[in-house]
Amino acid sequence: MATLATPAICATNDFVIKFANVNGSGSASANEMFARAIIRMGVPVSPRNIFPSNIQGMPTWYEVRVSERGWLGRRGGCDLMVALNAQTWDEDVAGIDPGGYLFYDSTKHVPAERLRDDITVIGIPLTAICAREFSDPNQRRLFKNIMYVGALAGLLDMDLAVVEALIAQQYRGKDKLIDGNRQAARIGYDYARQHFPAIGLKVTRASAVGDRIFIDGNSAAGLGAVYGGATVCAWYPITPSTSVVEAFTAYCRRFRTDPESGAARYAIVQAEDELASIGMVLGASWNGARAFTATSGPGISLMQEFIGLSYFAEVPSVIVDVQRGGPSTGMPTKTQQSDLLACAYASHGDTRHVLLFPEDPYECFEFTAQAFDLAERLQTPVFLMTDLDIGMNERLSRPFAWDDARAYDRGKVLSAEDLEAGKLPGRYEDVDGDGVPWRTLPGTHPSRGAFFTRGTSRNAQARYSEAGSDYVYNMERLRQKFETAKGLVPAPEITPAAAPARLGVIYFGSTSPAMREALTLLAAAGIDLDALRVRGFPFNAEVESFVDGHDAVFVVEQNESGQLRTMLVNECEFDPKKLVKVLHYDGSPITARFIAEAIAEAMNTPRLARTKA
Amino acid sequence: MTYIAKPRLLADIQPRNAVGFTRRDYEGRVSTLCAGCGHDSISAAVVQACFELDLEPHRLAKLSGIGCSSKTPDYFLGASHGFNSVHGRMPSVATGAALANRELTYLGVSGDGDSASIGIGQFAHAMRRGVNLAYIVENNGVYGLTKGQFSATADKGSKSKRGVLNADSPIDLVALALQLGATYVARSFSGDKDQLVPLIKGALRHKGPAFIDVLSPCVTFNNHAGSTKSYDYVREHNEAVNRVEVVLPRNTIETSYAPGSLRRVVQHDGSMLLLRKLGEDYDPTDRIGAMNHLHERAALGEIVTGLLYVDEGAEDLHRHLNTVEQPLNQLDVIELCPGSAALEALNASLR
Repeated sequence: MATLATPAICATNDFVIKFANVNGSGSASANEMFARAIIRMGVPVSPRNIFPSNIQGMPTWYEVRVSERGWLGRRGGCDLMVALNAQTWDEDVAGIDPGGYLFYDSTKHVPAERLRDDITVIGIPLTAICAREFSDPNQRRLFKNIMYVGALAGLLDMDLAVVEALIAQQYRGKDKLIDGNRQAARIGYDYARQHFPAIGLKVTRASAVGDRIFIDGNSAAGLGAVYGGATVCAWYPITPSTSVVEAFTAYCRRFRTDPESGAARYAIVQAEDELASIGMVLGASWNGARAFTATSGPGISLMQEFIGLSYFAEVPSVIVDVQRGGPSTGMPTKTQQSDLLACAYASHGDTRHVLLFPEDPYECFEFTAQAFDLAERLQTPVFLMTDLDIGMNERLSRPFAWDDARAYDRGKVLSAEDLEAGKLPGRYEDVDGDGVPWRTLPGTHPSRGAFFTRGTSRNAQARYSEAGSDYVYNMERLRQKFETAKGLVPAPEITPAAAPARLGVIYFGSTSPAMREALTLLAAAGIDLDALRVRGFPFNAEVESFVDGHDAVFVVEQNESGQLRTMLVNECEFDPKKLVKVLHYDGSPITARFIAEAIAEAMNTPRLARTKA
Repeated sequence: MTYIAKPRLLADIQPRNAVGFTRRDYEGRVSTLCAGCGHDSISAAVVQACFELDLEPHRLAKLSGIGCSSKTPDYFLGASHGFNSVHGRMPSVATGAALANRELTYLGVSGDGDSASIGIGQFAHAMRRGVNLAYIVENNGVYGLTKGQFSATADKGSKSKRGVLNADSPIDLVALALQLGATYVARSFSGDKDQLVPLIKGALRHKGPAFIDVLSPCVTFNNHAGSTKSYDYVREHNEAVNRVEVVLPRNTIETSYAPGSLRRVVQHDGSMLLLRKLGEDYDPTDRIGAMNHLHERAALGEIVTGLLYVDEGAEDLHRHLNTVEQPLNQLDVIELCPGSAALEALNASLR
């Protein structure tokens, strides 16, 4: 190989590899297998799909960050580009870090001017080899994918046996596919070993994965709904939330099919739109079933009126919002945290809703299950605020956990025995001082407990009333209920700086892995920050005391306007000047580099410079 | 005034039905609708139908949208749970409710604005989806609460109280229901209780989407000359295809009609519909025939009423989804949660 203008990057278990593919070419499962192979070698990876709103033909990328230190946020940059899409060739080649590597299919000659002199170029004639080795057109096309996985294993000095084991696992029961895929992987591996020296990037065995599992957040949320006891799901397809319901459906078939009758202990309806989805959720919840929907921003917009009814008529509902870029159709296949205000204050009139912010698949599972308890306990809508980055990318995550002693909290529901014994609080009466009233389910008692649910104003006995005093009583009770919610939503997670710090940072959701990494980068640069991860809304007392206890607090968000900051100012009446925005909103997942640079830069402003110890 | 409860003085001397309730037990609060409103007659018909069907009031749930018609569930079945939801969205709420508990009877009440204008999408999908619901539209062709605007069922050329001619084509919900797969489709008139009560009874006992379009004149905004939804107009143009009697499984058939004039239809729950034919030969089990008849008569300016279509083999959404017999809202953690062992196995498969 010729001498490079820049020294070649040398890194073991710490680099970024990016696959540039054509959507619909069958590359996704091969890329995923590559990521899994590295995990099997004990090295953490975090892959991310960067995909278009398209079925076939448009460019798609799969970015794998390999990090033995365990950083799971997006790093940025690219050390090795697997460029398999002619449409994006120039952009892909340009995106390689100086000293990096380019892997491509050399069946077709690429002129030197479309390459670079500061990168290492590795061309393998994948198409030509497949044409030679396989006769079936489908095999020629598909085995090319697994062949480059084999070749990469060779270049990165990986153990091919790991890839072979994954092939056997993936195609269990389909021997023909196992043989063909193994053969293709082996051909790629051997070709790379014979024609190229080992490159500077290496994967060596480590033990940094532990007992973690590898799953996407949407599947985890779907599973959480099964464990949380959801029996009714109504939904309308929308990226990036569709796979929540697909997972719920698959797990229900597996875990909720009556073994004797084969009948379903669940009902899933693909509704005609999001208005109908949330309407069905309300009808089912009103009638005592645990029900949920999954959607994204545009769906949230359509559900507004029903969300207000759920809040005001006090009918539980669970809404999984897998956020994408807005407003309007926005960026359907890109990630953002930009529905916070739309959900926190959804619907007309005075409304406030409970939000949960999971950081990873573990919390997607746990918080979804919890959401049903909260919705029934509080008789109100509960939103799981996840996003595309968590939802549609597989992530290494703590294993799911469930305590078999855990019972569902069905909240304040009067039984037939209660009613028979004369326990008859008004439907909207605060008899317990927590703002949460008692409800009865239809069909419970022949003569007691029935009431007329409505969105119009009513008195504590659920009778129609336009009296201002009845309305005010109700709104004050709802406010009291929101106070009660503060003690029920998950508490924030606080990570103190190594040394006492006058500055803090607040973050949430999918920002989590990048934030953790950024904190170490900043600490190394002499900037110590106490960190608080918000996990629920309404904010509880710990959030208030955290902000009160620091001179200034950065609020890191993936939206353009600083929505969480707005909520902090609005709910806790903090001085807005004290909360410094750190905003990332181009649709890509936030990176540690971005956070660290933005905070370091902000530290140079006169106001914050004074706070340096 | 809905906050005034009706006095219950006569309860002791009123006759009781087979489940021990008097007719008064099926009533609700005092109506707040205009005196003479057709909707109040429909409420009375619902009361009579439920009483005669021996339905326990608490085993029925009543759902509605927004509008004059949607207020009426407060005026009947006071011992039943009710849900006055949002405008045009009763069908989705009813769908969810029916999914949660398959053992209750569901009555949806809506209006022409609620179902044919803002809510036509939900109306259509509830019909095609097979929701087990008796769906009544109280059809007066106008918006009452907002004072007399045309709704989507107003006939082309009909005149509003203010003298405006409607230029838009009407939506015939009965024609739509037939086309969309409803398995019990009827039309009636609020001024014809003898026809309406049995139709409601049949709908409540029907397993599947049962739709009744009830022409119900608005005395305040749509009962004038030039209206096609007035008492006078509907009486003059009403062409009933049949008269229905509902016979519960435990009752014997007492009615006697001339041979050949009676059609028997057995519903899924064993109840029987006795259909006395009126005029020409009409087959209520022929969906395409029903559609043809409806359109032919409409072209002649007639309003076809009666039980227009019934499918003896009707299926509902629960059947389509193959849900368990036990209501979903009664399943608990034992039946619903796969538990920690299954989760451990799942974790292992994700490594």
